[in-house]
Amino acid sequence: MSLVLPAPDISRALTRISHEILEKNSGSSAITLLGIPTRGAHLAKRIAEIISKIEGTPVQVGTLDITLHRDDLRMRPPRALMPTMIPSLGVEDRNVILIDDVLFSGRTIRAALDALGEVGRPKSVQLAVLVDRGHRQLPIRADYVGKNIPTSNSQSVIVHLTELDGVDEVLIEGASE
Amino acid sequence: MKHLLSINDLSKVEAISILDTAQEMARVSDGPMKKLPTLRGRTIVNLFAEDSTRTRISFEAAAKRLSADVINFSAKGSSISKGESLKDTAQTLQAMGADAVIIRHGASGAAQRLADSRWMSGAVINAGDGTHEHPSQALIDAFTIRKHLSKGASDLIGLRVAIVGDVLHSRVARSNVLLLAKLGAQVILVAPPTLLPVGVESWPCSISYNLDEVIGSVDAVMMLRIQMERMSELFFPSAREYSRYFGLNSDRIKALKPDAIVMHPGPMNRGLEITADAADGARSVIVEQVANGVSIRMAVLYLLLAGSQEIGTSL
Repeated sequence: MSLVLPAPDISRALTRISHEILEKNSGSSAITLLGIPTRGAHLAKRIAEIISKIEGTPVQVGTLDITLHRDDLRMRPPRALMPTMIPSLGVEDRNVILIDDVLFSGRTIRAALDALGEVGRPKSVQLAVLVDRGHRQLPIRADYVGKNIPTSNSQSVIVHLTELDGVDEVLIEGASE
Repeated sequence: MKHLLSINDLSKVEAISILDTAQEMARVSDGPMKKLPTLRGRTIVNLFAEDSTRTRISFEAAAKRLSADVINFSAKGSSISKGESLKDTAQTLQAMGADAVIIRHGASGAAQRLADSRWMSGAVINAGDGTHEHPSQALIDAFTIRKHLSKGASDLIGLRVAIVGDVLHSRVARSNVLLLAKLGAQVILVAPPTLLPVGVESWPCSISYNLDEVIGSVDAVMMLRIQMERMSELFFPSAREYSRYFGLNSDRIKALKPDAIVMHPGPMNRGLEITADAADGARSVIVEQVANGVSIRMAVLYLLLAGSQEIGTSL
């Protein structure tokens, strides 16, 4: 198991992503951050804090559970549903930024786009991830990436966050091919 | 969990996970788009050998919101009324590729028989078997109580629930006693001795014959329907006497604790076990129980059907 992103790097990456989001969307007034549970939801909360500190106004932040839209439900035992919390202004005509910890096959994000369609019709949807590990199976890309980490298919990327795991770190498990 | 036959088959953790899942399903039902793709391509059969309004349409609504295909099948107008056996019916359903059968049957144990047999391979959901159990209704009632009274806790520890009336013929009462006790609530059955089943002393609850002694101390009071259609003999002297001693009326509503709720699984005999003003009053959550029914049944269908049953059976 090797450490690829220690705590200070994660914090720097989130700060950079926050600035990039503000730059691309000309401020925070039209954006809504939606984290994908579980770790994406915590990352969304952190990015929201950073953005509101920079802008001096609170930012719309919530969570979006995608379980019911997954295409691999039949391949695994049933999963527990996680809470969805859409912030007060909804998603209609907002620039929605989906936030997840790891971008891999892209299937989670496809499910998230479907789940989002059920809530409303955003003006645009953008994607921010802490780690992009490659191996996409769908035509999906991230707008904001904390770190690109080339991996082999057999490896797994493990994200630990203080809120859940007591420590901030990104690890890679398994040997590269 | 492959089937939902009896509350006894559920652990406390599994029961809470159904309630939590239902809570998320309720959110979907409140949203602008009520349809989810989750069970696309699954076929669910509503096999109702006994009459039902709420249970059947609420299972049907739940299945449709999850995009499953629903086939409704009732005794009237099917070969069951020609005397076809449960086995032949089940084999027919199997041949048609049913992924789940929701069964309501007059015989206690019918759902269990269907699940234990090798007549069909799909999931079996007990929607009421004789005077035995009605697990989805108990889950609805626990969900409704939790929503109103648990103050954010995931179980029902510390709450007192009175179940009043025709316990003898009620599958709802049995399932509720088992589930509410499992979730930590204190359950009190209130009924005339003639309407309590043999062996009720072994249930995880206490028993009272006097509604007025109990009513001021409970957080929820659940009225049961007097099941005239199952009564071949006289269980109480007259309907008037029954309502005077065991009916919920406005005087007894006044005796309730300030935040206590009034429940009834339906259908109600207005004027017998509950008066109209008690049923329609501010304390009543009876209509909400029906709405919660769809969420609970979505949760049950999701947990039974969405995942692969081959790999694991944990909830």
